[in-house]
Amino acid sequence: MKPSSLNVLVIDENRIRASIIEEGLREAGYREVTIIDDMHGLARRIAEINPDVIVIDLENPNRDMLESIFQISRAVRRPIAMFVDKSDEASIEAAVEAGVSAYIVDGLKQERVRPILKMAISRFNAFSRLNRELEETRGELENRKVIDRAKGLLMRSRGLSEEEAYALLRRTAMNQNRKIAEIAQSLVTAASLLDPGTNE
Amino acid sequence: MKHDHLITAGFVPLLDSALLVVAKERGFAAEQSIDLTLVRERSWATIRDRLAVSHFDVAHILGPMPIACNLGLTALASKMVVPMALGLGGNAVTVSAALWQAMADCGAANDLDAQRNGTALRQAIDRRRGEPLRFGVVHPYSGHNYELRYWLSASGIDPDRDMEIVILPPPDMGDALAAGVIDGYCAGEPWNTFGVLKRGARLATVKAAIWRSSPEKVLGVNAGWAGAHPEALSALLVAVYNASLWCSRPDNHEELASLLAMPAYVGRPAELLLPALKGVLPVSEGETLLVEDFFVPNAKAATFPWKSHALWFYTQMVRWGQVEHTPEHRKIAADTYRPDIYRDALTPLGIAMPSASSKVEGALRAETPVGSTGTLTLGPDGFFDGSLFDPDDVDGYISGQSRG
Repeated sequence: MKPSSLNVLVIDENRIRASIIEEGLREAGYREVTIIDDMHGLARRIAEINPDVIVIDLENPNRDMLESIFQISRAVRRPIAMFVDKSDEASIEAAVEAGVSAYIVDGLKQERVRPILKMAISRFNAFSRLNRELEETRGELENRKVIDRAKGLLMRSRGLSEEEAYALLRRTAMNQNRKIAEIAQSLVTAASLLDPGTNE
Repeated sequence: MKHDHLITAGFVPLLDSALLVVAKERGFAAEQSIDLTLVRERSWATIRDRLAVSHFDVAHILGPMPIACNLGLTALASKMVVPMALGLGGNAVTVSAALWQAMADCGAANDLDAQRNGTALRQAIDRRRGEPLRFGVVHPYSGHNYELRYWLSASGIDPDRDMEIVILPPPDMGDALAAGVIDGYCAGEPWNTFGVLKRGARLATVKAAIWRSSPEKVLGVNAGWAGAHPEALSALLVAVYNASLWCSRPDNHEELASLLAMPAYVGRPAELLLPALKGVLPVSEGETLLVEDFFVPNAKAATFPWKSHALWFYTQMVRWGQVEHTPEHRKIAADTYRPDIYRDALTPLGIAMPSASSKVEGALRAETPVGSTGTLTLGPDGFFDGSLFDPDDVDGYISGQSRG
């Protein structure tokens, strides 16, 4: 990859996501990449770094402040505008969809910046996918725990075997058109209401 | 239940998101066959961007922002219309204990009087040595920015030369004040109450004292969506109007505070939300004051999108160098607010409706009955310095404005 002289600043409170972006930028040949994950003194640090391109996540509450310092531009030496390429509305939509936005110094050619935005979009999407998968796994683990507790309750209170307890949960879930984990959760909740001691 | 209209609305966790929250949570949207999805965002920039790419059909938004978008002043400047306001008032100016002491030494009193306390602030600045004062507001295109600057200027303070105004997210204001990063801020609720009760700050004045019955948040609507879904929009305006009535009933204030306190909405304790709803504001720790019309969700045509409000915001954009004054710009600003859509949607309800679309702001010294239908009273709506804004003489108003 041909090295690029552009100075890129990534602002993201999510350190993991920030380093994923940083890695992507470095792989693509951007050598001057700075990450800010602590919003303290943001305006001053932007003035020091004096970036050509800023990549920031849409959840960041400091976007309003960021845009205002570009507007006043006393803090930054060069005016900065949001990455807006009127000919390429799809990429703007893709960016908002992915949850990222980019700002560039005025006068910089869109072609030089587009690869950065593209990379940020794909890495943001990859990160969301990863997060979703992680959450699903976490959810499954939680479900398994609550089902185990419900089985335990049934085994103790009704003298069932583990297999019979599970079969009862499954049958009830099917009859009520609900998930086994939901039935298990109601059972655990009900049991804890009836006797706080059974909760643990 | 079958829903005819699917509407997605963005909002920022602030007290005046109440009208949208209540429209959803108390069934007013469902009553109009609307399945209303509310999405919380942490910056106005993201509200604007997600409206632009049609993730949101409508949003709780700063009154001047749709005007700024239509004037092409912001990134991703999509066309927006404002068919409804989301209440009047609701902001305050909070200062640090240290600045309050300096103001009190110059005659500031705890009555939130804009005139007296503005003069005291000016004298405190005159006496001050060292770093200039720094105040925070939430956005350059906000009622907060303009009313703070109006108050400062009319008190003889140049907001740019005599002090510095910076932008901060509202939830950070109290901490920034306590850390000495800023000396004061103008923000919506619950952030003033939070500053006073949790960060040892003081209220200096309130929006209602600077300009009584003045505009704040509005319903910003993606213009393309509004054009393609007139029935859905009408239904939403009815739902939000009914929600505004519900919000205005004192009996509902406790319930509303608890509702807004939920993590999905403002996510702050009800005790921080109740003062603004009741209009009894903590001025300092252990001291409260009844503020008339602090936040008005329904009365005085509080949801009516006055063109004179849009034009006043425009005059302030010109005043502070955000946009050049031209007849085209003035027209874009006035056309952004759409009382015609409001009337078409709400006339069938038989509610009291202003007959005019514009009014001379600051002209009403007392509550005044107006309107063609039903009983409606407007005002008082005065600016604290007694000046008037005549929307038919925007040129004259602009040329008469000074910076401080």
